[in-house]
Amino acid sequence: MKILVCISNVPDTTSKINFSGDNKSFDKNGVQFVINPWDEYALTRAIELKEAKGGTVTVLNVGEADAEPNIRKALAIGADDAIRVNADPKDAFFVAQQIAAIARQNNYDMILMGKESIDYNGSQVHNMVGEMLGIPSIVPASKLDLVDDSTARLEREIEGGKEVVEVKLPFVASAQQPMSEPRIPNMRGIMTARTKPLQVVEPVAGETKADYVSFSKPEKKGGVKMIDAENAGELITLLRNEAKVL
Amino acid sequence: MSVLVFVEGFNGEIKKSSLEAATYGYQVAQQLGTSATAVAIGEVHEDALAKLGEQGISKVLYDADSRLNDFVADAYVKVIAKAAQQENAKVLVFSNSNIGAAVGAKLAVRLNGSLATNVTTLPKTDGGFIVTRSVFSGKAFAEVNLTSDVKIIAVKKNALEIANAGSGAATIEKFSAELTDADFVAAPKETIMQDTSGGVLLTEAEIVVSGGRGLKGPENWHLVEDLAKALGAATACSKPVADLDWRPHHEHVGQTGIAVSPNLYIAIGISGAIQHLAGVNSSKVIVVINKDPEAPFFKAADYGIVGDAFDVVPKLIEAARALDK
Ligand SMILES: Cc1cc2nc3c(=O)[nH]c(=O)nc-3n(C[C@H](O)[C@H](O)[C@H](O)COP(=O)(O)OP(=O)(O)OC[C@H]3O[C@@H](n4cnc5c(N)ncnc54)[C@H](O)[C@@H]3O)c2cc1C
Repeated sequence: MKILVCISNVPDTTSKINFSGDNKSFDKNGVQFVINPWDEYALTRAIELKEAKGGTVTVLNVGEADAEPNIRKALAIGADDAIRVNADPKDAFFVAQQIAAIARQNNYDMILMGKESIDYNGSQVHNMVGEMLGIPSIVPASKLDLVDDSTARLEREIEGGKEVVEVKLPFVASAQQPMSEPRIPNMRGIMTARTKPLQVVEPVAGETKADYVSFSKPEKKGGVKMIDAENAGELITLLRNEAKVL
Repeated sequence: MSVLVFVEGFNGEIKKSSLEAATYGYQVAQQLGTSATAVAIGEVHEDALAKLGEQGISKVLYDADSRLNDFVADAYVKVIAKAAQQENAKVLVFSNSNIGAAVGAKLAVRLNGSLATNVTTLPKTDGGFIVTRSVFSGKAFAEVNLTSDVKIIAVKKNALEIANAGSGAATIEKFSAELTDADFVAAPKETIMQDTSGGVLLTEAEIVVSGGRGLKGPENWHLVEDLAKALGAATACSKPVADLDWRPHHEHVGQTGIAVSPNLYIAIGISGAIQHLAGVNSSKVIVVINKDPEAPFFKAADYGIVGDAFDVVPKLIEAARALDK
């Protein structure tokens, strides 16, 4: 079983989000970067499948050199090797083209990633990769199991329910909970990760289709109006007559 | 040239989020001096389709193939791509649902188009096609210029009001694409629907009542459910509540769960961690009930009550039941 897991390098969930003075780019100053939490669900499930059935897990990041600490972290969690496509991940289409190019060279049995990245929240790359490669993309999947060596069974979330899907390998799937419980790297993992192969490749020619022009932040809330717990029912009156939401 | 809107059905009716997409599609069409056509697939009542005229849709292409009652991505893409071609659509509009975002991404490849998901505004069309998207889990907005000839937009839920353009009924045209077995290789073997007897889907809800670890255990969830019922709301929960199996994961909202943006979000016994806020911060009005006056959630709230949920919520249920509808 050869599994490819795509990870993105994103600001930690507790980060304050700020932009450059001209509001044209994200301000990385003082921001801690992590593996996108949704990608961690994909990574841990891939490692669990490898442990159960044998095979290899390769992590792939389209990004610049500053992503390498988190690529090493994925190796420490249990991936076998890594590829970094040395490029600024400008938009989803460009990233999907890079992933598809790597996939075409390597015959992976499955390509996994998170449902979305917590920075640009695009939720696009998985389906684009599936479409580019002409293989099914099961998005978002909350469960992934192998039925036999050539078939996987997934649960796909739709609003209001879920679909049970069986597909032949290869396929693309994106992860959401409860697919897996992320792992924390242990000391041995951290030590061995240092010597695991991390290959840096240059991007293939690609196009971008969405140009980020500028950023802004939502307006601040007006402040909270407190209601006495003794008169809690008053809240319902305010929600109807003042906020007009009931 | 025209604008094409994909509308999704649920229990035969058109989803609220799709009525928003239809409104968006009509308004873009007005901007561009053209008309808006809708495409619908699977089980949707025809009178519901005709009523899309109220949102300004002039024509609905309807593929009633019963194999498409379940969501089958490749088949849906084929039908919508054919409709786009027939209508010479340069702008395709979806709701930012699991289905809409998936089909939109595949179409972006197939039609060589530019895609923006999570869109909150109509385009600025002087010197480009610039839309605003919600990014960084609701902590920021980005303006994006869609540079391809074909633009594909997935509209964030509850970002714009459903308009009544006041036109007559939309005409319905039967429509189909030549689907083959290959389009069904990833068709679901089974679809398991949640119990929606309460009638309100979390992702579509205008009001959401949400409970956290402060409710102590699943046996106390009648407080959340009864308040939700009295308000016609959907129920949700914080991540640890789903992790502890007190509630199913599809109710878990937040940065790593479902993002919701209802008109009213009521948080009971939830501390307001930054990852929770990231999934609910675009709600229009936020109410927080927490016994700890220092709970961080109060900083993000519009209304707050400091008190024990077990005393406060029964009073709210009583007051909500007393409202005339
Ligand atoms: C990478 C990452 C991703 C995460 N993603 C999410 C996410 O998507 N969604 C999410 O929700 N969390 C997420 N979390 C977890 C988040 O950090 C918090 O731990 C979680 O939101 C806390 O849930 P809670 O508020 O229900 O519980 P607690 O933090 O335990 O808060 C319980 C609250 O209830 C109050 N309370 C107790 N008893 C009562 C009572 N009788 N009446 C009234 N109030 C009472 C307490 O004062 C307290 O404020 C994530 C964390 C990480 C690290």
